[in-house]
Amino acid sequence: MITSDEELRIGVYVCHCGSNIAGAIDVEALTKFAEQLPHVALARHYKYMCADPGQELVKRDIVEFGLNRIVVAACSPNLHEPTFRRAAEDAGLNRFLVQIANIREQVAWVTEDKQEALEKAEAHLAAAVRRVAQHEPLQRQFVRIVPRAMVVGGGIAGIQAALTLADAGREVILVEREPSIGGHMAMFDKTFPTLDCAACILTPKMTAVKLHSNIKMLTYSTVESVEGSVGNFRVKVRRKPRYIDENLCVGCMQCIDGCVFTKAKFPNAFDQGLGLRKPVWIPFPQAVPPVPVVDPEVCLQITRGKCKQGCVEACGERNAFRFDQQEKIEEYEVGAIIVATGFQAFDPSVIPYYGYGKYPNVYTSLEVERLLNAGGPTGGKLVLRDGSTPKRVGIVHCVGSRDANYHVYCSRVCCMYALKLAHLVREKTDAEVYNCYIDIRAPGKGFEEFYNRVQNEGVRFIRGKVADVTPVAGQGTTAEGGLVMQVDDTLLGKIRQINVDMVILAVALEPRADANEVRREFGISCSAEGFFLEKHPKLAPVNTANDGVLLAGACQAAKDIPDTVAQADAAAAKALMLIDAGQIELEPNTAWVDEKMCSGCKTCIALCPYQAIRADEERKIAVIDQALCKGCGTCVAACPSGAAKQHLFADQQVNEELEGLMNYV
Amino acid sequence: MSDETFKPKIVAFLCNWCSYTASDLAGTARIKYSPRVRIIRVMCSGRVDPSFVLKAFALGADGVLVAGCHPGDCHYIEQNYKTMRRDVMLRYFLEQMGIEPGRLRLVWASAAEGQYLAESINTFVADVRTLGPLNWSDVLHDGVRREEAFEEIAAEHAEAMEVQP
Repeated sequence: MITSDEELRIGVYVCHCGSNIAGAIDVEALTKFAEQLPHVALARHYKYMCADPGQELVKRDIVEFGLNRIVVAACSPNLHEPTFRRAAEDAGLNRFLVQIANIREQVAWVTEDKQEALEKAEAHLAAAVRRVAQHEPLQRQFVRIVPRAMVVGGGIAGIQAALTLADAGREVILVEREPSIGGHMAMFDKTFPTLDCAACILTPKMTAVKLHSNIKMLTYSTVESVEGSVGNFRVKVRRKPRYIDENLCVGCMQCIDGCVFTKAKFPNAFDQGLGLRKPVWIPFPQAVPPVPVVDPEVCLQITRGKCKQGCVEACGERNAFRFDQQEKIEEYEVGAIIVATGFQAFDPSVIPYYGYGKYPNVYTSLEVERLLNAGGPTGGKLVLRDGSTPKRVGIVHCVGSRDANYHVYCSRVCCMYALKLAHLVREKTDAEVYNCYIDIRAPGKGFEEFYNRVQNEGVRFIRGKVADVTPVAGQGTTAEGGLVMQVDDTLLGKIRQINVDMVILAVALEPRADANEVRREFGISCSAEGFFLEKHPKLAPVNTANDGVLLAGACQAAKDIPDTVAQADAAAAKALMLIDAGQIELEPNTAWVDEKMCSGCKTCIALCPYQAIRADEERKIAVIDQALCKGCGTCVAACPSGAAKQHLFADQQVNEELEGLMNYV
Repeated sequence: MSDETFKPKIVAFLCNWCSYTASDLAGTARIKYSPRVRIIRVMCSGRVDPSFVLKAFALGADGVLVAGCHPGDCHYIEQNYKTMRRDVMLRYFLEQMGIEPGRLRLVWASAAEGQYLAESINTFVADVRTLGPLNWSDVLHDGVRREEAFEEIAAEHAEAMEVQP
């Protein structure tokens, strides 16, 4: 520690940030102000401090003028603190002898009056100078990283991320809530704009996951709790009982035929309830793993303890059934976590005027996907509830999206999937199709071309929002027959009534109902609309505020399959980068206890959420484990004798900052 | 009470993960707010030592704002609950000292709530303006300068604070 005042030589650098700062704050006046502050050996201003010449300036001055403290008045420390710490280190100065005064985000950009901006910048700068005088050199500390990643969610995002990591030779644990991986993509029939069959491109990847020796797949499982932090997470996984031993089942599906229920009578959630299943069931034919699951709510053996067990008989000597299977919790240690928990489709029954849930022939787009899918409840035939083929189909865009009452955002994929559905309806039936849209948003590769193609195929487009879906007069409210869509055609400038016999609602993609609980478990935030928040919207789109937790797919924002896959690979690369480093730097701002001052009162121990503090009963003092401390400083604030201290946030550092800040004019 | 020429001095302690990021976001979005509020970054609102708040008032602040992550969202699991308890304690304490508890404000702002944080800051500035300048001559004995008084109190307790090796 530097003890005498003469030895302090602080260098101050004021960044213009082009005109970002210089346009709002008089940087020359600010530099002049800095020059007269105590211990300031030199003050400069420069156009872009973060650019190489700016950093070089700092390095040269440290050597040439013997500077031993650096203050940079620039953008938020969240952006360039590491840059200037490294520059100082390159010049032989301890990296923690640097302080940033945030005069861009917290002054230049938020203050209208130039004089007031200068005053506030001066205060922030004075605070930084007084604070840095109290800084001490610190050692960087590192811990080992567990060379394994967890991927949460087995949709296309999770599958892609898991495969990329596994192909790179890393161990991956893939957790999926449903009995099969595949997610929403497995429900689709075709994918826009290429009309690739979803199953044809997805199922090989699903099988690859199952066969990959580096992937441990935990289906029908959920994350129970996450402890630890980057490099060393301990994740508890709740594994629901399938009542069938996954290792013994060969996927012959004979148990389903053998079940005492001769007819399927329970709604299959994978088919959006349009199809029926038995108590022992599999969501779809290509499910991975191809292991059925027993529904404990309806299975007679489980509910009544008595059944002829046709399933067990059919299973025969493979003997895979385990009716005594219990839910269990397994714990895994991983270095990085990729959250890929996806989206849910908006439930349109909350919009009364579209009649969903009231008129049987009003469908959601996801239901129609299942009807069109050859593996779906109708074997790929598009039919109405009464089994007849629709002759006139209306597609309503932006259901729940771009609507102040529901979701303000655009769900990005609905225009394109609505065009795809229009094409598929025309392909499978002779029906007239009416697309009622606000705008067609087709900004992706091959999207506009697909829009043109669908227009040329004879699909009708009406620009306007559908106001109402009602039964044709005289047909009763159940409207087994016709429906009327009332739409304000903004190109014709008049209200039109269009008779249809099927309405497809292009529903929004929204955050999952349990997104809030999930994000809390992973220590991440949500943006305003409820999707998980990335660390930076442009420059860190897969990172989160919780280091080591990464995002992929529609849990971060509504997106299509190509973007999801790209983001999944990006998240996998970030995870790889992290776990391959082998070690990770600990937060420098840990707390420690000054033994001489500690009275052993144990106030701090109960306050620590990480159990990082223990009482040394022999010496009657508290001891903080540096590897467990995350550096919040709550114990420091609570210590009655001032024995608990925090690196980089010591009492005298904050107090000096406060003194500098109170330099009001 | 409200005086148009009165420019309040306000210190804001913002936690690194939520509210400081929110203030960065307010900046990026160019949302203007009162320049009378000056910001100190702490890792967690739980680090805000009650003595920091008292020192801010002693140095002449007319208001102190403490902001953290929303309850349940703390980056350090639950430390903002400790902040909440301390806030209650501090208000009680301030009142005994003759300082209006309204001069201390606790705000929860997530990393996505730049707009909300800016609005909260402006609301607080307006409220402090209504309260007027913190009048130390009413708070402390007549004729004693506030810093001297602070030193005096510290000196009185010096013996008790001395460390026995």
